[in-house]
Amino acid sequence: MAKTLPSVDVVTVGVGWTGGIVAAECAKAGLKVVGLERGQKRGTEDYLNVHDEYRYAIRYDLMQNLSKETVSFRNDRNMKALPMRQLGSFLLGEGLGGSGTHWNGMTYRFLPYDFQIKTLTDKRYGPNKLGPDYLIQDWGLTYDQLEPYFDKFEKTAGISGDDKNKFSGKRSNPYPTPPMKKTPMLAQFEKAAANLKLTPYMVPSANVSEVYKNPDGETINACQYCGFCERFGCEYGAKSSAEITVVPTALKTGNFDLRFNSNVVEILKQGNKATGVRYIDTVSGEEFIQPANAVVLTSYVFNNAKLLMVSDIGERYDPTTGKGTLGRNYCYQILPGAAGFFEEQYNTFMGAGSLGMCIDDYNGDNFDHSDLDFIHGGNIALTQTGTRPIGSNPTPPDTPTWGPEFKKQSIYYYTRSFGIGAQGASMPHKQNYLSLDPTYKDAYGLPLMQLTYNFTGQDRALHKYISARAADIMKEMGAKTIVPNAEITDYNIVPYQTTHNTGGTVMSLTPEQGVVNNYLQHWDVDNLFAVSAGNFAHNSGYNPTGTLGALAYRCAEGVIKYSQSGGSLV
Amino acid sequence: MSSDKNNVSRRDFLKTTGIAAGTLVGGGLIGGLVGYNIHGKGTSTLEHGGHETTNEATGSPKAKMFFRNERDFSILSKATERIFPEDDLGPGAIGLDVPYFIDHQLAGNYGSNSKEYMQGPFDVGAPTQGYQSRLTRAEIFRQGIQKMEDEAQKRYKKSFNDIDGKQMDEILTAFQKGDIEMVGVTSAFFFALLRAATLEGAYSDPMYGGNRNMDGWRMKGFPGHQMAYITQIEDAKFQKIEPNPLGNH
Ligand SMILES: Cc1cc2nc3c(=O)[nH]c(=O)nc-3n(C[C@H](O)[C@H](O)[C@H](O)COP(=O)(O)OP(=O)(O)OC[C@H]3O[C@@H](n4cnc5c(N)ncnc54)[C@H](O)[C@@H]3O)c2cc1C
Ligand code: SF4
Repeated sequence: MAKTLPSVDVVTVGVGWTGGIVAAECAKAGLKVVGLERGQKRGTEDYLNVHDEYRYAIRYDLMQNLSKETVSFRNDRNMKALPMRQLGSFLLGEGLGGSGTHWNGMTYRFLPYDFQIKTLTDKRYGPNKLGPDYLIQDWGLTYDQLEPYFDKFEKTAGISGDDKNKFSGKRSNPYPTPPMKKTPMLAQFEKAAANLKLTPYMVPSANVSEVYKNPDGETINACQYCGFCERFGCEYGAKSSAEITVVPTALKTGNFDLRFNSNVVEILKQGNKATGVRYIDTVSGEEFIQPANAVVLTSYVFNNAKLLMVSDIGERYDPTTGKGTLGRNYCYQILPGAAGFFEEQYNTFMGAGSLGMCIDDYNGDNFDHSDLDFIHGGNIALTQTGTRPIGSNPTPPDTPTWGPEFKKQSIYYYTRSFGIGAQGASMPHKQNYLSLDPTYKDAYGLPLMQLTYNFTGQDRALHKYISARAADIMKEMGAKTIVPNAEITDYNIVPYQTTHNTGGTVMSLTPEQGVVNNYLQHWDVDNLFAVSAGNFAHNSGYNPTGTLGALAYRCAEGVIKYSQSGGSLV
Repeated sequence: MSSDKNNVSRRDFLKTTGIAAGTLVGGGLIGGLVGYNIHGKGTSTLEHGGHETTNEATGSPKAKMFFRNERDFSILSKATERIFPEDDLGPGAIGLDVPYFIDHQLAGNYGSNSKEYMQGPFDVGAPTQGYQSRLTRAEIFRQGIQKMEDEAQKRYKKSFNDIDGKQMDEILTAFQKGDIEMVGVTSAFFFALLRAATLEGAYSDPMYGGNRNMDGWRMKGFPGHQMAYITQIEDAKFQKIEPNPLGNH
């Protein structure tokens, strides 16, 4: 029998960036908030011995323990989905801060085009540019409407950047801190891009460039360029994350009760109201019911969709009929790019997660697609994140993968090669979606989230085109050997690609088009909110968290409004 | 925040909490620290295989926690040396103690896949669906090494330990191509594991038992654990920095 606890105003499921933001804003507004996090407490003090590639980057010490829960995967509906038994393609978060603890910190705003992609694409290229199998739609919120929330997230996180991107949507304020330091590699990229009449700018970074105090009074330290950033926690408290910003802010109010080892297994509902959540204490095995006036799902893309499905809230997407919205529009990213091999040596082992320069000339609709068989594009960047010796063994083409020649070349080129990479936007397709697995279960007896996903014709065309652009820049940079990324075939869950999963709980202007409205409030259950990159109707050519952070602030505002007025907010 | 200040505060933290760096390592990370020199300085001497070896500050614990016999350990050692051989740049897998690293890993979480989804049913699936075996890595290594021995006996009527390098490469290549019959896993998958583990042993922090004397890092020009590069990050000149292990602070 589950033990029922005293009711609170707000309960959040998961305490990463989204859970932390919602908790901080609601707690500041005087609401009593409980944050349930399935993982453990952790913070800067735990990263003292973090410069350990094997433990953290190779054996994934900070990430989700898959023995308890994973996803199942198949490329298409004719295959049997099988569990992702080992982490690979994406690195799910677990523990305070979620994957915002081991992220790189590149913090972009999606383009104005992204939010109105359907309208703007139809307007410029006519209604049939992509064909009926692609489910692109406007988001139900414009860039201009979201701008104040972008601004707020950037100020909370202390984002470092320049203001040199002419393709960016209008900004109400400059970045709160100056850009990171420009290394020789970056300067070489900048020069090459400028020679090609492109518009290079510094990657906006949550590896903060100088000591910064945010509007909530939290201090973020200055990045030391230690080279152990992505996949690691920051020992300096210099990489902005929930546990050094919004979580302490929420705790200071006295209104936030943060519980660890608390795995939520069900959203409880009566009529069309959520009454709270049921969770399991993973240490004692005890079951609890946490009643709340508002339930906010902040448990990442997969678990937000999964909890709605197992709790039978909303209509699940059926790819045969096209009906239902829950699980629809799952998107990922594709990674075009080119590797370059040089004669000179670079300090490739130094760096920071977001240290880089990039261009948006081939992103969004910033270039003409009239004669191209795809839409959108990708942000093309050269980043110096700090390469480490186990993970980085670059060799020129035709080098054997082991033996004397491999050893010689991989050692020689470790400091003489780097890549120019792009994050290719992914468009939603009828056949790519999330559902519940019929066979495999998690440690709590719930079905695994099932992922049916493959790259599409749009992806292949985009990948080829953008890889060639990356190779152009690499050539201008003077690489001795240039290797554009091989053309993509089927999506493969084994190699790491990005933790930029999106869709499944899409936001929309009307209840027919999505799961939540533009306050991330559930269309059917008005005291239930779901915020994650699952709200994105498609995936853009950038990292997601800047846009996600903005949506989390939007959601928090919605929860506060709801607590005052009740009812649907739109 | 200057890097120096940080360096000091970290050391102070270690002192004030009364934790010697070595203890932190031994207590927290892995069990396989037999003979590890917890003070991080000086040398200690260990018995190994009938002769004495010196274990420097950043040397490796030489004790077998997973392998039960010398034949299998020696097959593993020779195979890793073919993958990452000694050359004029420096030591190969054996010189770097990679076989001990792998032994220790197989005895722990890595070997028992304790952070992986190991519930059935097990289906072969498509390559895009990844690892689908009911076998743990420890079981795959045991089987793979026995298969390497069987293959040497079949092809050359000798133990894998007694064939020449070229013959070993032929067998390893057959494994890599997936041409050797294995139960519950392809030989290509075993080879991929073996290759990955060899590189991990050559380049991980020496506290895990490989990368002896940090020579793997030194060959590659990787400085290991450094507090900060903020003062050098803008330099055009390549920085040769003497590597530093985690256990030293
Ligand atoms: C290696 C890496 C690099 C990245 N780099 C970048 C980057 O440079 N820029 C960028 O924009 N993004 C980056 N990302 C992505 C970024 O980390 C995520 O977008 C962001 O952290 C997502 O925040 P979230 O709050 O939605 O989810 P999470 O951070 O995943 O937090 C969700 C939390 O919910 C908890 N939870 C889940 N299910 C339950 C349950 N049932 N009960 C209780 N708790 C639950 C989890 O344990 C977790 O702590 C990176 C990610 C990775 C892994
Ligand atoms: S590179 Fe900077 S932000 Fe990243 S972990 Fe190191 S000091 Fe922290």
